[in-house]
Amino acid sequence: MAQASESAVTIRGTRRGLSITIGAGEWQELLSELDARLAQGTAFFSGSRVNLQAGRREINTEQLRQLIDLLRKHKVELASLLTSSRPTAEAAQALQVRLALAETPGPQPVLRPVDQDASDGILVHRTVRSGQSLRHVGHVVVIGDVNPGAEVIAGGDIIVWGRARGMLHAGAMGDEGAVVCALELTPAQLRIGPHIAVSPEGQRPRPRVPPPRGQAQPETASVAEGQIVVVPWGNR
Amino acid sequence: MPGRVITVTSGKGGVGKTTLTANLAVALALLGRRITAIDTDIGLRNLDLVMGMENRIIYDIVDVAEGRCHLMQALIRDRHLSGLQLLPASQTHDKSSIGPEEVAAICEELRGENDFVLVDSPAGIEVGFYNAVAGADEVIIVTTPELSAVRSADRVIGLAESMGKGPGRLIINRIKPGMVRRGDMLDTFDVIESLAIELLGVVPDDEAVIVAANRGVPLANEQSTQASRAFHNIARRLTGEEVPFMPIFEARGSLLTRLRRAIAG
Repeated sequence: MAQASESAVTIRGTRRGLSITIGAGEWQELLSELDARLAQGTAFFSGSRVNLQAGRREINTEQLRQLIDLLRKHKVELASLLTSSRPTAEAAQALQVRLALAETPGPQPVLRPVDQDASDGILVHRTVRSGQSLRHVGHVVVIGDVNPGAEVIAGGDIIVWGRARGMLHAGAMGDEGAVVCALELTPAQLRIGPHIAVSPEGQRPRPRVPPPRGQAQPETASVAEGQIVVVPWGNR
Repeated sequence: MPGRVITVTSGKGGVGKTTLTANLAVALALLGRRITAIDTDIGLRNLDLVMGMENRIIYDIVDVAEGRCHLMQALIRDRHLSGLQLLPASQTHDKSSIGPEEVAAICEELRGENDFVLVDSPAGIEVGFYNAVAGADEVIIVTTPELSAVRSADRVIGLAESMGKGPGRLIINRIKPGMVRRGDMLDTFDVIESLAIELLGVVPDDEAVIVAANRGVPLANEQSTQASRAFHNIARRLTGEEVPFMPIFEARGSLLTRLRRAIAG
């Protein structure tokens, strides 16, 4: 490919550390170029953590694995991946690479109205298992269960078509208008924006053992008067 | 055709990985398959004990990895079953004395000579787990009908998925037939169903399994008990045969309906 080599891989320093931007072009060529660039500045890159900006590019699990191995060879750790491609995001989740939330002005997430990013959603069609963390700047839709010990953190809303039993945090960047709905909403902990709810022990006993599939009542959680309120779907 | 490398793992300890590995190895050998069992629980080896090979160990997996002997020198052949051999773990080293690449290379070498390579993994999800899974084509997740074991299984399934080893297949070990009959296990079955992976087998709890393991002659050597038949059924499923679940667990549909019906009937 006769593409200008500088444009395919860009390495720059940002407030949050090193950032590598991957452009278009053949994957193996990108890798070898990145390899060469990292080799030039071994002393500089060694031991650093980079954020990878992949844009809309589709990267599959195998390709991402190759990239991580390449970075590792140069003693560089992949801190996070920013992508607007769903397959890439899924590959990243499969390899437990943290998906970057979009750049925020400071280290602390700030309260702000729903921004344009939050209209973007991802669909995850699998069981989210104990120890797994699903993070996305926009909405998250899970077709499957969120098991105990798993966490889902979304900038926007969270919808679980299944049993939601892990930790759920909607509106994670401060949006109190975010909602969480699930076919069976029995999370270990539920957060919306800055609010945290652990369901009161006596009032709404959390079954350690879930009711048989299909017998639970779908529910929606949202914030009303500064509190998280859970409403059965039918009573809306 | 090169053989398949299958890792038996669980996350939680004490659910019966080692005993199950030994019994599946014996059952596969009785089916006429060539099988090598590998113990990767370095520092706490005991697959050799259960298989009755403890006092014939000369070299172990760490010796192989560090080049002190050839792989073939470390393998111990079963006295009765010609297709069965064991690569024992080292008792004097620890988990860090071997790496995933080395275990994967050993699995790769054994694959050529065997129909199955069964890797017994240590408990936990640390380096020993990654060693055990490194060379695997497939993982078998073992759980018992206890909440804590099921939670660990869920974690391990997720890790296996993230390593590109697929969700794996599930064996529920030590089901108590009495509890099943009384309906006391229903709750557990609901929880197990939430693991949402294919069921490979169900092994009833049976003291004979322990008695046999203590004698160093895995129970699968004889087919007289329910537990032993369960081992053989699982072995046959591993060879690709369609084997119906045992009467108490038999019926069509999901795991749950299958178990529900078993309990109702």
